[in-house]
Amino acid sequence: MSEVIHTDHHAADYSVDQHAGGQHGPEKGLARWLFTTNHKDIGTMYLWFSFLMFLIGGVMALIVRSELFQPGLQFLKPEFFNQMTTNHGLIMVFGAIMPAFVGLANWLVPMQVGAPDMALPRMNNLSFWILPFAFGIMIWTLFSDGGGPNFGWTFYAPLSTTYAPDSVTYFIFAVHMMGASSIMGSINIIATILNMRAPGMTLMKMPMFIWTWLITAYLLLAVMPVLAGAVTMMLFDIHFDTSFFNAAGGGDPVMFQHIFWFFGHPEVYIMILPAFGIVSHIIPAFARKQLFGYDSMVYAVASIAFLSFIVWAHHMFTVGMPLAGQLFFMYSTMLIAVPTGVKVFNWISTMWKGSMTFETPMLFAIAFVVLFTMGGFSGLMLAITPADYQYHDTYFVVAHFHYVLVPGALFSIIAGVYFWFPKWTGKMYSESLGKIHFWLSFIGVNVTFFPQHFSGLAGMPRRVPDYALQFADFNMVSSIGAFIFGFSQLFFLFVILHGIKSGKPAVARPWEGARGLEWTLPSPAPYHSFTHPPVVTDAEVHG
Amino acid sequence: MKQVGTFASVLGALLLVSRSYADELNMRVGVTDISRQVYDLHMVIFWICVVIGAIVFGVMFWSIVNHRRSAGHEAAQFHESTRLEIAWTVVPTLILIIMAIPATQVLIAMYDTGGEDMNVEVRGYQWKWEYKYLDDNFNQTFSFFSALTTPQDEIQNRAAKGEFYLLEVDNRLRIPANRKVRFLVTSEDVIHAWWVPDFGIKRDAVPGMLNELWTIVPEPGIYRGQCTELCGKDHGFMPIVVEVMEEEAFDAWYDEQVKLAAIRREAISQVLTTDELMHEGEQVYSRFCMSCHQVNGQGIPPAFPSLVDTAVTTGARDDHIRLILDGVAGSAMQAFGKQLDARQVAAVVQYERHAWGNNAGDVTQPADVVNLMAGQYRDL
Ligand code: HEC
Ligand code: HEM
Ligand SMILES: [Cu+2]
Ligand SMILES: [Cu+2]
Repeated sequence: MSEVIHTDHHAADYSVDQHAGGQHGPEKGLARWLFTTNHKDIGTMYLWFSFLMFLIGGVMALIVRSELFQPGLQFLKPEFFNQMTTNHGLIMVFGAIMPAFVGLANWLVPMQVGAPDMALPRMNNLSFWILPFAFGIMIWTLFSDGGGPNFGWTFYAPLSTTYAPDSVTYFIFAVHMMGASSIMGSINIIATILNMRAPGMTLMKMPMFIWTWLITAYLLLAVMPVLAGAVTMMLFDIHFDTSFFNAAGGGDPVMFQHIFWFFGHPEVYIMILPAFGIVSHIIPAFARKQLFGYDSMVYAVASIAFLSFIVWAHHMFTVGMPLAGQLFFMYSTMLIAVPTGVKVFNWISTMWKGSMTFETPMLFAIAFVVLFTMGGFSGLMLAITPADYQYHDTYFVVAHFHYVLVPGALFSIIAGVYFWFPKWTGKMYSESLGKIHFWLSFIGVNVTFFPQHFSGLAGMPRRVPDYALQFADFNMVSSIGAFIFGFSQLFFLFVILHGIKSGKPAVARPWEGARGLEWTLPSPAPYHSFTHPPVVTDAEVHG
Repeated sequence: MKQVGTFASVLGALLLVSRSYADELNMRVGVTDISRQVYDLHMVIFWICVVIGAIVFGVMFWSIVNHRRSAGHEAAQFHESTRLEIAWTVVPTLILIIMAIPATQVLIAMYDTGGEDMNVEVRGYQWKWEYKYLDDNFNQTFSFFSALTTPQDEIQNRAAKGEFYLLEVDNRLRIPANRKVRFLVTSEDVIHAWWVPDFGIKRDAVPGMLNELWTIVPEPGIYRGQCTELCGKDHGFMPIVVEVMEEEAFDAWYDEQVKLAAIRREAISQVLTTDELMHEGEQVYSRFCMSCHQVNGQGIPPAFPSLVDTAVTTGARDDHIRLILDGVAGSAMQAFGKQLDARQVAAVVQYERHAWGNNAGDVTQPADVVNLMAGQYRDL
């Protein structure tokens, strides 16, 4: 049945193309970027935008780390320090990691499922162009009277309502805009994956990146409205005298946390599932061996997605829940380790008895497996409720989530960029520069975040601008690492620009072990990916 | 021979360094039964993770070394095994169950409230703690605030930092050793969290909610912790210091505090000189108001307004008193009627009206405040 729909769709597309005179190229100048409906142009804009946000968020992190280099207040007032941690977190999560994955989806989904473009190209344009405005508003509030968001990226009420700076209303508006963008983006991805796959690509033949994004898109659809609900209730508490989260009026500040984390925990999986997908392409390519356990990889992602909805209160072990509640959330959280373990074991089995080479994408992917797993171990420790009482809201948590986000989500994005760079640009990046970038990042990330486990265990709270003397040594090391890491990402920019400008021309399949429809297209890929549905063979997709 | 010596001394130095860091490298064992159980649990999970990690990463690195193309390894063709998949689903599940059992036991032990010998209400404020000692009927006997005493000069790097930099307060919470003390944790404004690592207990202080926490500390001593929930500007500056006293010493101290509270109640009915008022007012101001309105009264506009020559600080006196008693709803200006007694309010009003060049030229006595309070505020 679905075959019929596919052929119809492509036939229709094809005729449109012919009206426009076959393979037309992009428009010229600014108009190309403002009005484009092309998935590659939009993907490119998403990626550059997220890189810009990554640099801005990174500068904020470095401001924070400079202040924390030594005990005492050096450069910042505490009120500004709080704005820096908060905006760093918000920008990294919503401005860097999420848009980068959407950018990758834009580039790759049509090419990997054998479609000419995304299903809803105009909405695609809109969902991108909302973002600069949303972040423009949020960053602009930093310069307003009373300052910008200063209540942590988790914006717990009543600190974010009754006690918030005036600019919080703009923050709420910005979050609504980001949410609208994410929802449109995910509808588009779902529509493309479900309707535009080339004939013969059944669900269980889909590339892993497609699977993980399909599930991620559903997570986004489920939880972004919850976030929108939370900020709307805040808006009402602030401006219309309601008391959703105001205890004095009969409301409940803890309810805010339940709603927030019902969004927030799936959100952290939104930032890691596509990463699983990317790594599941890169490891087989450089091990020259098929992905081990494709089916169980799909089921593992689906179970993680399901479990992510029933663990939210593990962020709230200290708010005072009944024993039964604590136990439930402890057990359900521990359970997530099982499907996550399955993924790690499958990646390693893929490498096992392969014929491995270690180009830059593979280096980042291996670092991903090792360091993400370490973040997983500390996650498991955090799940143990009685121990979490000691870890909660200390630097141990900061270390944990940076291990899953930086060498986790971020490394997978960087790995993906190197991996598909030849397909996007038609050029090869410089392998030796890429390797330098990898080693600098790898060292930087560990020097920054490993010592934070220690300062956390020793009792240093997070989100503090100053600390007691016993934490001084580790903080100094951590700050030095942060500057190494920050510098190495500027170097990344250089590697990319160098590749675009003076890279050697790339062939259609620059990695001999890579499989997937995208490698059947020439490099760089044509403006409209597949104007004719490609033939799906077992050599290219999971057989 | 020389090399052996160098090697030994390097090793010795390393050992010394790691010994001196031992405290900073791991969770604190703490001093209570609960904190020891938590520490043991932490170590069990930690070692399980280390062993799993060593095996998993060991296999991976072995493969990386041996299954390289540059080592001439050809790729095998296998790509699935239902048996393996089942194995690495079932085995981790079993390991998790093994971890869950002691975790559950410790958690149940922590929830063993009841049977307490005394109750203390712990109340978070931006940015200090209040401790209220309750009698057997949960009536307050006496209470006090506990705020950071580290001088600004140390924080701003103008003076050398003391040993307990950021971990020292004016009034320590005092509890007796060997008795079960129950804490009722709540907050007056935003969410804070009360944590003493050495006791192994942490709980959020949530406005409108009363959280229970308990401890029995066998060792008298001084134990330090910090607020661990972001609560605004001075979140990093509201430490917790608990002094655990020998039982007899505690009882003596407790009785004395009850007596002192009665004396303070007396003091409210007194008439003070303007000098006394100004002097006390300055003290109250620096403890309760300065963090926002600043030492020179200029505040940090627009978040915290200046008090110099404003409609309130030079206008009708009763409005000024009421503003301090009631606070300003929906702003950081708290209802200080719940924190200060009449004498303190009178003094700070006197001070604000006659400091920094303000000159209202009137006198405010405790009785004036009592009249406005009409009994609805802080019962001392
Ligand atoms: C947590 C910060 C904070 C603390 C501590 C604080 N205030 Fe305020 N205060 C404010 C804010 C904010 C306002 C402005 C409220 C409004 O009008 O929205 C304010 C307003 C005032 C005003 C009115 C100023 C005017 O002229 O409009 C007075 C008087 C005042 N405070 C006195 C005090 C006294 C006395 C104390 C100590 C007992 C104190 N404040 C402690 C934050 C604080
Ligand atoms: C250059 C690399 C980075 C450095 C040096 C860095 C540093 C920091 C620091 C110092 C904090 C404040 C911790 C605290 O006081 O509680 C922080 C918080 C945070 N970081 Fe990063 N970070 C980096 C990259 C990232 C990335 C890539 C992400 C990705 C999503 C991220 C997400 C967060 C989040 C969510 C918070 C919590 C913010 C909050 O407390 O509200 N960080 N980071
Ligand atoms: Cu979570
Ligand atoms: Cu706090």
